[in-house]
Amino acid sequence: MNSQNLEAAQSGGRTFTLHFFDGSSRDVPVVDVEEPYPDGRLIVSRTDPDGIITHVNQSFVDMSGYSEAELLGTPHHILRHPDMPPAAFKGLWDAIKAGNRWQGYVKNLRKDGRFYWVYATVIPNLRRGKLIGYTSVRRKPSRLRIEECEALYPTLF
Amino acid sequence: MKHKPFQFTVSPDFAPTSLAGWHIFNTWLQRSLDTRIHLDIYQDFASQRQAIRNDAIDLIFANPYDASMLVREKGFHCLARPGGCSDEVVIAVRGDHPASTVEELEAGMRLASTDDPDVHMMGMIMLEPANINADNIERRTCSSYVLVAKELLSVQSEVGLFLAEAFYGLSKITRRQLRPLVQSQIQVVHHALMIGPRMQHLTETLLQRLQEMPQTSRGQGVLDSLGYKSWEAVEEEDVEFMIDLMDTLVG
Repeated sequence: MNSQNLEAAQSGGRTFTLHFFDGSSRDVPVVDVEEPYPDGRLIVSRTDPDGIITHVNQSFVDMSGYSEAELLGTPHHILRHPDMPPAAFKGLWDAIKAGNRWQGYVKNLRKDGRFYWVYATVIPNLRRGKLIGYTSVRRKPSRLRIEECEALYPTLF
Repeated sequence: MKHKPFQFTVSPDFAPTSLAGWHIFNTWLQRSLDTRIHLDIYQDFASQRQAIRNDAIDLIFANPYDASMLVREKGFHCLARPGGCSDEVVIAVRGDHPASTVEELEAGMRLASTDDPDVHMMGMIMLEPANINADNIERRTCSSYVLVAKELLSVQSEVGLFLAEAFYGLSKITRRQLRPLVQSQIQVVHHALMIGPRMQHLTETLLQRLQEMPQTSRGQGVLDSLGYKSWEAVEEEDVEFMIDLMDTLVG
């Protein structure tokens, strides 16, 4: 058990093994404590076409609990929370690979196991017609929408 | 033979106090580039956009909302941005308004803003946590931020959207009667000086002159009249990133 998972266990959390589309998996600490989304901020990141993080802003760093160095070069699914249904991410990838924008409510996992909700928009980045990656911008969602997702998402597994 | 003057324009949301500054900047531009440039000020965004569509603009200090059309449809290149300046938004209410956070605001309210497209868009995004959107507010569009403040003080509107720079530029007596609920911290959305296809041959010279401005007394005087400290070069990918970011926020 690594130090993060040990800390999660000690704080009443649990550990969970996530399996990703790329065949990889990892154990993550999960603590059922919400980190409030700060007012007035946008969380911004960019990835390459394979979903590897190439840029994060300070709000991303602050909310994820990871350092910028830990995030760059890492698959974006480092934020994947086990309560998020895989169908949501399949829908995301289907949309953006087809050149379309995707918008949805996402429960993200912090490094310390806590979570935060976002309203995310992801768009493909095209330069002279060539896909160079994706930009994702998250903003603060309303509590009403979060409650709707908390009811809906468990039914999608 | 003398060429037809190049056409320069400024995003209509500039502070009224800097109108003289832009005329001074245009005089500086003509001397620096040894060419004729006409400064045309449009009263609103719609008429300025129509001029862009008609290819009637060669140089523009552009609102970020218009950057996508300028770069991706009209072949403009982003030259520079004012050093250390980004477009941030303040959502404010009258001092005695009962709400202390955005979430406490309620649908059905009257909202005052200008036709400044990036400020209105970012302001509406910051109202989303209260389930407030264009369909459940009564929007009152004002021709200046001073009038947005007056809307709040006269209780014609309950909430106002301000460019942060304009909010903090209000008179002390006005500002004391208002209360910001939230200020954005987005940092990467900014106005920029963009150069069109007919002036592309002057790109390098103009960028160099802009960056040299703080080093000469004349240049420093022009910067002072605009209220800027310097011009910072903007890389092509930086403006593309800003356009992508704006695209995620629109619609």
